[in-house]
Amino acid sequence: MKILVCISNVPDTTAKISFSADNTTFNAAGVQFIINPYDEWFALVRALELKEAQGGNVTIIHVGAVESEATIRKGLAIGADDAVRIDAEPNDAFAVAEQIAAYAKDKGFDLILVGKETISYNGSMVGAMLAELMNLPYVSLATKLDVTNSVAKIEHDIDGGIEVLECALPLVISANKGMAEQRIPNMKGIMSARTKPLLVVPPAAADKLTSITSFTLTAGRTDCKYIDAATPEKLIELLHTEAKVI
Amino acid sequence: MSILIYTEIAKGKIKKSSLEAVNYGSRIAAQLNTTATALVVGDAEFSDLGKAGAKKVLKLKNDKLSNLSGLFLTAAIEQAVVAENATIIIFAHDFTGKEVAPRLAAKLKAGIVAGAVDNPTISGDSFSVKKIVFSGKAVATYVINSTQKVISLLPNSFPVELMDGTAEIVDFTVNLDALNSPIKVLEVKKETSELNLTEAELVVSGGRGLKGPENWGMIEELAKELGAATACSRPVADMDWRPHHEHVGQTGFAIRPDLYIAIGISGAIQHLAGVSGSKTIVVINPDKEAPFFKSADYGIVGDAFEIVPKLIAAVKHFKANQN
Ligand SMILES: Cc1cc2nc3c(=O)[nH]c(=O)nc-3n(C[C@H](O)[C@H](O)[C@H](O)COP(=O)(O)OP(=O)(O)OC[C@H]3O[C@@H](n4cnc5c(N)ncnc54)[C@H](O)[C@@H]3O)c2cc1C
Ligand SMILES: Nc1ncnc2c1ncn2[C@@H]1O[C@H](COP(=O)(O)O)[C@@H](O)[C@H]1O
Repeated sequence: MKILVCISNVPDTTAKISFSADNTTFNAAGVQFIINPYDEWFALVRALELKEAQGGNVTIIHVGAVESEATIRKGLAIGADDAVRIDAEPNDAFAVAEQIAAYAKDKGFDLILVGKETISYNGSMVGAMLAELMNLPYVSLATKLDVTNSVAKIEHDIDGGIEVLECALPLVISANKGMAEQRIPNMKGIMSARTKPLLVVPPAAADKLTSITSFTLTAGRTDCKYIDAATPEKLIELLHTEAKVI
Repeated sequence: MSILIYTEIAKGKIKKSSLEAVNYGSRIAAQLNTTATALVVGDAEFSDLGKAGAKKVLKLKNDKLSNLSGLFLTAAIEQAVVAENATIIIFAHDFTGKEVAPRLAAKLKAGIVAGAVDNPTISGDSFSVKKIVFSGKAVATYVINSTQKVISLLPNSFPVELMDGTAEIVDFTVNLDALNSPIKVLEVKKETSELNLTEAELVVSGGRGLKGPENWGMIEELAKELGAATACSRPVADMDWRPHHEHVGQTGFAIRPDLYIAIGISGAIQHLAGVSGSKTIVVINPDKEAPFFKSADYGIVGDAFEIVPKLIAAVKHFKANQN
């Protein structure tokens, strides 16, 4: 089975976010970058488990500049066989999907996995776009994935429940919590990652349909109002008269 | 030119997040001197769509749409876009919205903003809209460069407003003969919870501070008295104290209710990522240094096992006085 896992490069969850003085660009200086947790913990690890059980190959693909290569190597250390970096700025979801589709279309992947969403721009878009551009079925927010005889059996989240599906390969799936558990790379993985192939591909033509013009940091809360633990009923009164939420 | 809004039915009624999207679309329509048309699959009481601002309801008709498969739905909506000459297509940023809106956008080569939180700013040809980025830490303004535009609206960004208004209801038969989906639905397992967490206005949430699943009775009772949905932190779902669909935060659901009551939750940044958009936050925790207090509007420093029963009694008392 040939599996492609799309990985994005995002600021660590706990990173302090800041912007340029004119608030038009994200300030990456001093920020620790990681593989997007959904891509790493769920998509990549499940891909590796499937490969280990059934044989095959796991390729990771990333659209981004050379600065992302440390993140890509981490994916190789966790166990991916090889990696592709498409040398383009990932500044529009559709353009990212077009880049990946242009590379993947004639490579015969059986399964293309993305994460539920990037924790940076929180779009949840690239997977569905990729499916449309490659004319493949798409299953969003999968929490379980098994493959037998080229048929995927998937559980995924739907409104108010879970749907169990079956679909012949190939298809695109977005991975949600539940699909696998995080794997910490071991020494052998880290050593071998240095010599695994990382192919750099020039960008294809792509359409940038959106752009970000400015950022603002979310305003924090004003000081918390404390209510004496001896009289918690006061809270209910304040929620009614002051916050007006009940 | 027109504005289309994809809407959904739950329990025989139009969903709240869909009505929010119709309100949103009709405000944009008013600004652009056009009208808002709602799309729907299935039958329900449609009068709320008119009251929310739709002038027309297109009932998408085709047997293949019965399980709202993304492939068929995208094709059906595209046919409506063509028939209605739609320039702006709006979804709720919910399960279907996440599956279908980006697929439709790619089909139309339309720019999309997924998870918008504010009305767009439109001046001449420039169209911009805000969304939350970096898991709640910032807001970004996106400009959509294409003529056709897709927006999915984050649920609970605006209260639903129902006014006087009626919509004309029109059947719209779509042709999906050329499409075959290889996806086969084997089973649908519906959760039994009454309230949809992402749509709930009030949420009571518990964390590891509650010590064990056997202590959730008081959380459920407080929620029930308030008419609130229940939620939990990630370790609580990971340890199977609570079902995974209650888990909020970075790796769980992002919610923005009017009121979020966090009980026995420390307020880790990954938890805040899913709840910091709530309008009012209450934190109950015996540790006065718990980071959550820095993101709270109201705090009680104390033991949940003493405080929650008193809150339940206070809510009962409050309700009795209201009537
Ligand atoms: C990439 C990543 C993603 C993550 N995603 C999420 C996510 O989506 N959601 C999430 O919640 N977490 C997430 N986490 C985990 C997060 O970092 C925290 O570990 C988690 O939120 C802690 O849960 P908690 O507050 O319930 O438990 P704890 O941090 O253990 O806090 C328990 C709290 O209960 C209080 N307490 C103790 N006794 C009582 C009592 N009697 N009454 C009241 N309070 C009491 C304590 O003072 C303490 O503050 C993620 C972590 C990572 C690294
Ligand atoms: N620059 C990128 N390179 C490769 N894959 C990406 C990139 N951006 C997003 N993805 C994939 O698409 C998923 C959804 O991203 P998004 O639509 O941006 O929320 C991510 O979890 C990744 O799997």
